[in-house]
Amino acid sequence: MTVRASALLIATASAAFLLSLLLPWESMGGLLRQDPSLAYAVFLELRFPRALLALVYGATLGASGAAIQALFANPLASPDLTGTTSGAALGAVVTAYLLEFSAPLALSGGAVVGAIGALGLLLALAGANAETSTLLLAGLAISALAGALTTLALALAPSPFAFYDAYDWLMGSLVDRSLTQAVFALVPALISIMLLLRQVPALDSLALGEESAESMGYDIRRTRLWVVVLSAVGVGGCVAICGAIGFVGLVAPIFARRLTRGHPGRAIVPAALIGGALLLAADLAVRAAPLGRTLPIGVVTAMLGAPFFLVLVLRMRRSVTA
Amino acid sequence: MTPMIESLGLAVPGRLEPTDLQCMRGEMTAIIGPNGAGKTSLLRALAGVERSGGRVTISGEDVMSAPPPRRMRLLSFLPATRSLVWPISARDVIALGLPRPDAVRTEELIELLELGPLAHRPVNSLSTGERSRVLLARALAARPRVLLLDEPLSNLDPYWVLTTLRILRNAVSGGDCAALASLHNLEQITAFDRVVLVDRGRIVADQGPEEMLASEGLGKAFRLERNAAGWRVREPA
Repeated sequence: MTVRASALLIATASAAFLLSLLLPWESMGGLLRQDPSLAYAVFLELRFPRALLALVYGATLGASGAAIQALFANPLASPDLTGTTSGAALGAVVTAYLLEFSAPLALSGGAVVGAIGALGLLLALAGANAETSTLLLAGLAISALAGALTTLALALAPSPFAFYDAYDWLMGSLVDRSLTQAVFALVPALISIMLLLRQVPALDSLALGEESAESMGYDIRRTRLWVVVLSAVGVGGCVAICGAIGFVGLVAPIFARRLTRGHPGRAIVPAALIGGALLLAADLAVRAAPLGRTLPIGVVTAMLGAPFFLVLVLRMRRSVTA
Repeated sequence: MTPMIESLGLAVPGRLEPTDLQCMRGEMTAIIGPNGAGKTSLLRALAGVERSGGRVTISGEDVMSAPPPRRMRLLSFLPATRSLVWPISARDVIALGLPRPDAVRTEELIELLELGPLAHRPVNSLSTGERSRVLLARALAARPRVLLLDEPLSNLDPYWVLTTLRILRNAVSGGDCAALASLHNLEQITAFDRVVLVDRGRIVADQGPEEMLASEGLGKAFRLERNAAGWRVREPA
């Protein structure tokens, strides 16, 4: 990636973060004039955690998506399409509603276990170098199973309001999260991204195939284990706080690889920046939508991401036909 | 004299029986055998890809304990599969074979394998033969001491078969290097110094190409017989 492209990406993500903090300016400006201490509290308790969560969650989805795509040697692999986010959601729901642990740390732990379970199951079902169709079918099956089990867990929950409580969270939402909650997503996300960066040479060498990478001295089994665990830690930590948000982990790495001349491993950093900027932009779109109520951000990313996904599938079909 | 590569008791359960093999500096060794005989398993085990029993050393250095940059200087393995998923340019694929970026060496290999017009193209858009040349260039990039090549002459036209053999000969005779390559075409073994015949997971013959071609064991392993007109399928007794 060139210095210019890196600077542009950092500037875009920073600008999206600042806009997320400041917009809509009219309400914040008015509040600042009337009651500066209240404006400060709104900024610190509402806007900052929301912007931070959008940046962190988007970056985690982008980085994990790039690593998972490099690992499976497949541009359609991503945390949501491989069932990782659904597994994390299931883990968090079981922890919160069946085991009745509501502490953020317990929720994060449950989500991470669910995400590891989903990715482990995918590896067992589809194999490490799965064909696209096998990967998507296995991911679909795991997502469907995790979704059904999540519904079952909510139905069996002692609380009669479990479905209502969990609705916004299940659809993916950044609204009304505290700074403490943002920190609970930030820490595992940072650990996950930083440690994923150590796998960049091995993931790049995987572009030559698993046999070549191993002959070059990379322990691909260990790389696979690291990517599965780190993606699960990062995504699980974010899902526990904000629910499942789709398609960012699919879209961001695809744009990122255009900046790394197709190299899958070194796309992790640009994918993180693009993912962060995308989710911040989606959150700004949520706020700007003139609907009278706040849309779940997961709905917006799905509405933008699903057509993109369909275009990718069509392109792949055309290349197979050709 | 220390062998360039030496394996002791190299074994892959179910595919390769404990095997001792030594290759000297400047030696080109062909590995032949019927389908499923264990040629690829032997090469993979020598390259440290296959989880195997036994030990492999290159110039006395243990292969498995060498970290990635060092391993790339010790050996290079060209797998039989030529499929590449990502749209990385041919030039960048060659550079992936280097422990650290070296534009001069990359350009040298592009010229050697006549890849100039293809260098900027994504490898997943090239033909199988073109990809074979790019991947051979990648295998040669780090000037490894041992080249382990699984069917390097497959998918190549006659010009590139002969050119590749010349490139391999130059690589082993010009440097501190040995090459082992699996082959399917028995006529090609005459370009090698030594031929190892693998059958049912073990080395059954190890001799010069002319002796190998004249040996009874070769025909027996492949279920062929040779007469004045060439090879033909051996009729069941």
